[in-house]
Formats: sequence, C-alpha cells, structure tokens
Amino acid sequence: MNGFFDGLLSLRRGAWEMVASFLIAVGVIMLMQPFILSLFTYSFIVTLVGTVMFIIVSHFPE
Amino acid sequence: MPDTAIERAARSTPPAVANRLKGLSDRGLAMLFVAPTIVLLLAINIFPLIWTIYLSFTNYRVNRPNRDVDFVGLRNYERILNDADIWLTMQATAHFLIWTIVLQVLIGFTLAYLINKKFKGNDLWTTIIVLPMMLSPAVVGNFWTFLYQPQIGLFNYVVGFLTGADPSSFSMIGEVSLAPWSIIIVDTWMWTPFVMLICLAGLRSIPDSIYEAAECDRASKWRQFWTITIPMVLPFLMLAVLFRGIENFKMFDLVVQLTGGGPGSTTELTSVNLKREAFEKWRTGYASAYAVILFVTIFGLASIYVKALNKVKER
Repeated sequence: MNGFFDGLLSLRRGAWEMVASFLIAVGVIMLMQPFILSLFTYSFIVTLVGTVMFIIVSHFPE
Repeated sequence: MPDTAIERAARSTPPAVANRLKGLSDRGLAMLFVAPTIVLLLAINIFPLIWTIYLSFTNYRVNRPNRDVDFVGLRNYERILNDADIWLTMQATAHFLIWTIVLQVLIGFTLAYLINKKFKGNDLWTTIIVLPMMLSPAVVGNFWTFLYQPQIGLFNYVVGFLTGADPSSFSMIGEVSLAPWSIIIVDTWMWTPFVMLICLAGLRSIPDSIYEAAECDRASKWRQFWTITIPMVLPFLMLAVLFRGIENFKMFDLVVQLTGGGPGSTTELTSVNLKREAFEKWRTGYASAYAVILFVTIFGLASIYVKALNKVKER
C-alpha cells in the first residue's frame, strides 16, 4: 500500500494508471446501475476524467 | 545481366519526378509513402470524430440542412444524462452485457477444457463448435427468428419437450420478460466459440512439466485445476471478458435483426437507441452527444483492455 502512495507522490505510471482505471470502472458502473438516477447523471464526467487521466498518465515514467 | 525491378522502375520514372525525389532524405521519402494513409485516416476517422464532437454542442438536424445551427453548449449532454428512458436503455445494455459475459465465459471455458483433452475427433469438434462465430450476424438473426417461432420454432419445441410446457404458449421475442433473454441466448450461441478459442490458447500455453511436477508432489486433479490451470488461464479469460464487454456494449446488428429493440423498448440497447435518435427522430446534435458519451465509455474500457493486454504480454 505504501508503494502505491509513493508511486502517486512520485508521479509513477503504474499507480496513476490504477487510479484512472478505477475511475473509468466506477464511471461505467454508475452509467449502468439501476438504482439512483443522479449517479447516472454524473457517470459521464467520472468516465471522462478517468479516460483523460489515463491518456495523460500513460506518458509518466514507469 | 538482367535488369532488376528497382532498376526498371528507376528508368521508367519521368526525369522531372526523379530530380524532385533525388533531393529527399530517407525520412522524407518514408513520409511521402506514409502520407496517403495518414490523409485517409484523418479523413475517415479523425475528422468525423471532431465533427461529431462539434455537432454535440449544437441543435443541428440533418433533415433540415437550411435551418440555422445554434450553439447550445452542454444542453444535449444535460438532457441525455437526465433522461430516464436512456437510463433504462443503459440498464438493458448492462443486463445484456453481464449475462452474455457470464454465460460465454462459463461455457467457453468448459468447452476449452474439454477440447484440450486429447481424444479422437478433437479437431472436428473444434471446427463444429467454432462455426457459429463465422456466420454473419444478419444470417444468425434471421434463422434464430425462425427457431423462436412459437408455432413451428425448434427452440420452443425443445423447451416444450424438456419442460412439458405447450410450445405455442410462449414467444421468446414477443414477450417483455423473455425478449431480453432471447438476445442473450443468441449472442451466447454465436460468441462462446470465440471465448473458447482464447481459453484454449491459454490452456495450451501451460507447460506439461508444471502438471508433472504437481503430480510428483501428489497434488490432486482438483488442486491442480485451482492452483495451476485457473491462475495461468486467468489473463486470457480477462482478455476475453474485456473484448466481449467492449463488443457487446456496441451490439447492434444482431438485436436489430432479432427483435428490432422490441417489444416496446425492452431490448433497445444503446446502439439501437442511438440509431433511432439519429436516423428516425433526426436529432443529430442530440445523437452526436449520445455518441460522444458512448465513445468515451468504450474508449475508457479499451484503455483498460490495452493495459491488461500489455500485462499478459509481459508474462
């Protein structure tokens, strides 16, 4: 767990890609869940942030 | 000494062109050859994408080309993301996505496990199982429509035979509760072989020496399955899940052929709904925003897919 936070602080690709993947996954779940309409409303912005973050952090050093 | 093709091509090049090319560096020449592909890519992929993003911020309707186009900002996005009908469409897509993936992975892996055992006629069975994947979705949709016919359909007859129910008492594509399952069954029938092939590749990549070492340690077959087979096939399974997930998120042709999105809108998946908004209601700006939302979602999933693929390659 410490390695993950160290990776985030030192701007390493692995840790940040994990955060971006998590955001994308959460966004897709929010988009398709059948329970709360407001989660559906905010799903796109979460997925968009995750996707843009993924594109940016994939250029970070390993 | 006979002329080579390069020499013949050099001789047949007009002097004016040859003189112009002589001044080019290797890199410049390479760029010259790659340029047509890049131009084609920009024209076919990048330009429509940028144009769609632009249209998503307008109220443009393609059936009224002479009307003024107004910039509406994020209003299209706001309307889509607050629309309960589109939310239902997303839920129908999720239902389709989850069940097809679960069934295809379970059946695909089981088939791959069985096919991986060496037995007579192994290759013949592989070919037979893979056949549905090679058919066109239009053909599959058409003949499954016949199979689902309540009066003469083979599917209803088999279900009736197994359960004792009257075959004409239910309609797979006509009833609200059964229609979502009808498309799940057909997609599973068609794409399970694909998952099976990926799992088979994973199973065949496991060296026999690992199983031999496990047998020397007196590990039971059950333990070998859970501690060797599953962990080593898992990256392949993951790939299959992601690949089918992305494909089924975009599912269009099979559903249109089979149910057309009905009855009502119970099987109206996102792609079918998008086509309706764009080419039946002619709300181009609104449909563009819808397409951008789907694009970002699929692009996000594809990014995870590529990351998983790289991890598999590293193994």
